[in-house]
Amino acid sequence: MTLNGWLQIAIMLALVVLTARPLGIFMASVMQGKSTFLHRSVRPIETRLYSLAGVDETREQTWLQYVASLLAFNAAGFVLHYAILRLQGFLPLNPQGFGALSEHLAFNTAVSFVTNTNWQSYGGETTLSYFSQMVGLTVQNFVSAATGMAIIVPLARAFSRANATTVGNFWVDLTRVTLYVLLPLSIIMAFALIALGVPQNLSNYVDATTLEGAKQTIAQGPVASQLAIKQLGTNGGGFFNVNSAHPYENPSIWTNTIESWAIVALALALAVAFGRMIGREREGWALLGVMMIFLLAGCAIAYWAEAAGNPFMHAMGVDGGNMEGKEVRFGIPQSAVWATFTTGASNGSVNSMHGSYMPLGGLVPLVLIQIGEVVPGGVGSGLYGIVVFAIIAMFVAGLMVGRTPEYLGKKLEAKEVKMAMLAILIMPAFILGFSAVSAVLPVALAGLANPGPRGYTEILYAFSSAAGNNGSAFAGLTANAPWYDTTLGIAMLACRFGIIVPVMAIIGSLAAKPRLAPSGGTFPTDGALFVALLAGVIVIVSGLEFFPALALGPIVEHFQMLAGKTF
Amino acid sequence: MLQQLRVAVIMLLMFTVLTGVIYPLSVSGVAWILMQDQALGSLVRKDGKVIGSSLVGQSFTSERYFHPRPSATTGPDATDPSKTVDAPYNAAASTGSNLGPITKKLIDRVQGSVDGLRQEGVNGPIPVDAVTTSSSGLDPDISPENAVLQVPRVAKARSLPEGRVHALVNAQVEGRALGILGEPRVNVLRLNLALDSLGNP
Repeated sequence: MTLNGWLQIAIMLALVVLTARPLGIFMASVMQGKSTFLHRSVRPIETRLYSLAGVDETREQTWLQYVASLLAFNAAGFVLHYAILRLQGFLPLNPQGFGALSEHLAFNTAVSFVTNTNWQSYGGETTLSYFSQMVGLTVQNFVSAATGMAIIVPLARAFSRANATTVGNFWVDLTRVTLYVLLPLSIIMAFALIALGVPQNLSNYVDATTLEGAKQTIAQGPVASQLAIKQLGTNGGGFFNVNSAHPYENPSIWTNTIESWAIVALALALAVAFGRMIGREREGWALLGVMMIFLLAGCAIAYWAEAAGNPFMHAMGVDGGNMEGKEVRFGIPQSAVWATFTTGASNGSVNSMHGSYMPLGGLVPLVLIQIGEVVPGGVGSGLYGIVVFAIIAMFVAGLMVGRTPEYLGKKLEAKEVKMAMLAILIMPAFILGFSAVSAVLPVALAGLANPGPRGYTEILYAFSSAAGNNGSAFAGLTANAPWYDTTLGIAMLACRFGIIVPVMAIIGSLAAKPRLAPSGGTFPTDGALFVALLAGVIVIVSGLEFFPALALGPIVEHFQMLAGKTF
Repeated sequence: MLQQLRVAVIMLLMFTVLTGVIYPLSVSGVAWILMQDQALGSLVRKDGKVIGSSLVGQSFTSERYFHPRPSATTGPDATDPSKTVDAPYNAAASTGSNLGPITKKLIDRVQGSVDGLRQEGVNGPIPVDAVTTSSSGLDPDISPENAVLQVPRVAKARSLPEGRVHALVNAQVEGRALGILGEPRVNVLRLNLALDSLGNP
């Protein structure tokens, strides 16, 4: 560990906090339909979309209609994406002549992108045509992110409205965040990345003859346009197999800084936007505070563990931290920051290989996924996720003092708490259930690259990543086989929509309630006590769920390493 | 519900055209006009022929060149296409080793690299990047310490004074951005190109 390393971490954390407010103010305006500086150029496109689709933007939906629209849109997205992947061989922009993806790989990949997970059973440059990357992956990068972000609008209305039967219009919310937020930001970011070296072309792969006379084939493609939205939309599915570790996806420390920032920028800003939309920005900052506590702790632990390095290598006279699976241009601090950001947010892109991390270094991304992808989580999904935890936290606080719990002026009753528990428990059910089966199933064990506790962690990480809609991996696991493609796909689907539906039910129920004026007995939810309570609830709930499973993986591996044992 | 599905399909198709066709193609078009070198992959040419990309690492094995880090990429076996063989710096199929820190396979591999360097006459501590594979398998850089380590071998193979090669390495070191971000590094391809121009005055 060096002072420079800590300074790099501090700069990255400061950077993402500094942009939260301006971005949050802008997003709140967009989501509330207020006029922004983009209005003149984008509004005509927006109204054109509505008229072509037959959407009446003034007509609001009940929560049930909202969910129905959301599910219909995502179902259509899945069918189109699956069709593109299965028909890849017949479609254009395929210079390498890749054929169709297998049924299970196409299922897994389509689900993965629709659910904003972007788990990579595919290997970009060896499997996918440019058409599939653009029309399949890039489109879902936009709309799956927009789906998550859209829900923040009714979420804010659930608290700001009283006795309401409607919560908004899904098509309007979806269109606005796509046209005013995601698309303009992606265009700017794509050009910035190209200027810094990221390719953007439709060329054939290039055959180079090296100075030594050997042949090197270099994969190409429209990388920058996919990469920009992949980072901003917390998608994380790489254009190339190794994602943002690839020198074309992340050529320098400058691109790395932009891409790192983009992982968490929107998710953090949404907390501020949410606060503003409910009329109390401080409430948003309290949620953002909880998120930053976890990001800070994650960066610190990962940096400490990786900088300490591998004792087996030190014994051979090798000097330095753990650089297996890391790039020289990023080094250990920026790898630790990325690993923390990408799993704190449910992004899942990587600039280093988590599967080669030290035991406790690899524990960080795994735990950040397992605490529910809420610090800050995916765009939209992280915020509604942390509000679910806030509901549980206020319920716990209410039990302690024997008072009916309330949050942001709405009374929390049996229905909300039940729905919140449903939303929280679905993740551990799928992670632990599938991991347990895979740990004894021969066909599942055949996919492991590492023996011992690391192999078991590959399984646990895969299902955590799928259920958390993250997408990163302990990538030694050969996941592109019927068992993993299918079960991981099921986990992604269940934990995306199995959380969205109860969350929308909570939104509908809260919106219908009257607003309570704060009284002397109201627990303030914009202060340090609330931040500590919420952080504590997140740790305790996930700790109870996952500690035994973690003890068998990274924790036991750490002690075996200290004892000098190898596998 | 049928009405919802109709709206869903139309919205999806419109977003597909907008974000999946117009967006990437217009970005490609503008990039092709304004930033062609980067857009086409920062290719490096020598005598008109593409010898690689300045961003993507490539394999060097000759004693006359500086060597990149070990790479975990593989390629299809020429004799049996169903199998793969080690193919370092295969830029058409990036991958890391994904080996864990207490996995024997990793430790044996690193030991092999260490032994190789010791046989070359390297004493003292070995910089970690010289014996570990990168996450992409295509790392274009090595640490300055790793480059310095290779100076005696390269100087001997080219019959150049060590001081001259050492000075060349120092000139090729790129520092941290703003003096803070990232790590000091040496781009192996650029270093080797500079080396060639040194050898053939």
